[in-house]
Amino acid sequence: MKKSIIAFIVLVILTPLGLLAPGSAWGEWDLSEIKEKTGFIPQGMARFNEIIRHILPDYGITGFDKSFWQSALGYILSAIVGIAVIALIFWLIAKLVPEKREKVL
Amino acid sequence: MHIPEGYLSPQTCGVMGAVMLPIWAAAGKKVTKILDKKNIPVMAMGAAFSFIIMMFNVPIPDGTTAHAIGATLLAVTLGPWAATVSVSIALIIQSLLFGDGGVLALGANCFNMAFVAPFVGYFVYWLIVKFKANKAIAAAIGSYIGINCAALAAGTELGLQPLLFHAANGSALYFPYGLKLAIPAMLFAHLTIAGIAEALVTGLVIFYLQRVGEENILYRASGNLRGLEQ
Repeated sequence: MKKSIIAFIVLVILTPLGLLAPGSAWGEWDLSEIKEKTGFIPQGMARFNEIIRHILPDYGITGFDKSFWQSALGYILSAIVGIAVIALIFWLIAKLVPEKREKVL
Repeated sequence: MHIPEGYLSPQTCGVMGAVMLPIWAAAGKKVTKILDKKNIPVMAMGAAFSFIIMMFNVPIPDGTTAHAIGATLLAVTLGPWAATVSVSIALIIQSLLFGDGGVLALGANCFNMAFVAPFVGYFVYWLIVKFKANKAIAAAIGSYIGINCAALAAGTELGLQPLLFHAANGSALYFPYGLKLAIPAMLFAHLTIAGIAEALVTGLVIFYLQRVGEENILYRASGNLRGLEQ
């Protein structure tokens, strides 16, 4: 368990490397990029663009993205929050799964 | 490969959600049947690993970015149904908390990355291992093909939009580029760099898992590799 936790910590610290790749993923542009590329914003895209608000949009802290280091911090925080929520979900799943199967085995 | 909000028409989102519902139901059933409670921490680690590996964007020669998924890695170690559950949970978190992939597009994104990728990857792995090949290499090849099939599915879903949904004047309502642009672009990113990243991550982790001892929690994830499957 210890080794796995250390591996995850190292991965979390290294995540900002993922910010170094320039540009955005093909087909994952925001509305301004869409407008730049095609000259217009398709109606449906504009309509559904912001149906929910996210706590850490684009894995960053809103307004705290003025430098690489700020973005990196937001990215690392996002990785930690993401892993914590995943751990919580599986902890809840474990609570819901009945114990009896193990007695059978 | 995360299709954002508004890129697919609500109809497409509905169809893809309807396709995913029985897959999720089957996955839930299979996982509770095959795995026991002790495997849940390893499934959680699989979901967390997939989540974090998707944050490592790699540069693509055409100026865009892409990333590995870890789908086949999870399929080979935990079984493809458990991979569907774990990657789906990672994708749900990404769309709800970070806006990576649309909430309405969850059906489509889970179909591509949590169903097509792990199942195709696992199938190719299974075929290659039949010929007594090295499991790390078999998983790496499987993961390369798996992620590219997922990219093909995503490109198809995107590329169909302007064909099926346009305003009265013919302008696109949702994603504006057709199949001829979307499929080659999605495949280019994954055939070149992202697929290789996926294969490397998968091969290296499997190589490591084959060597972990019983004291390691990941020993539970290596049962399939030691030939305990089927």
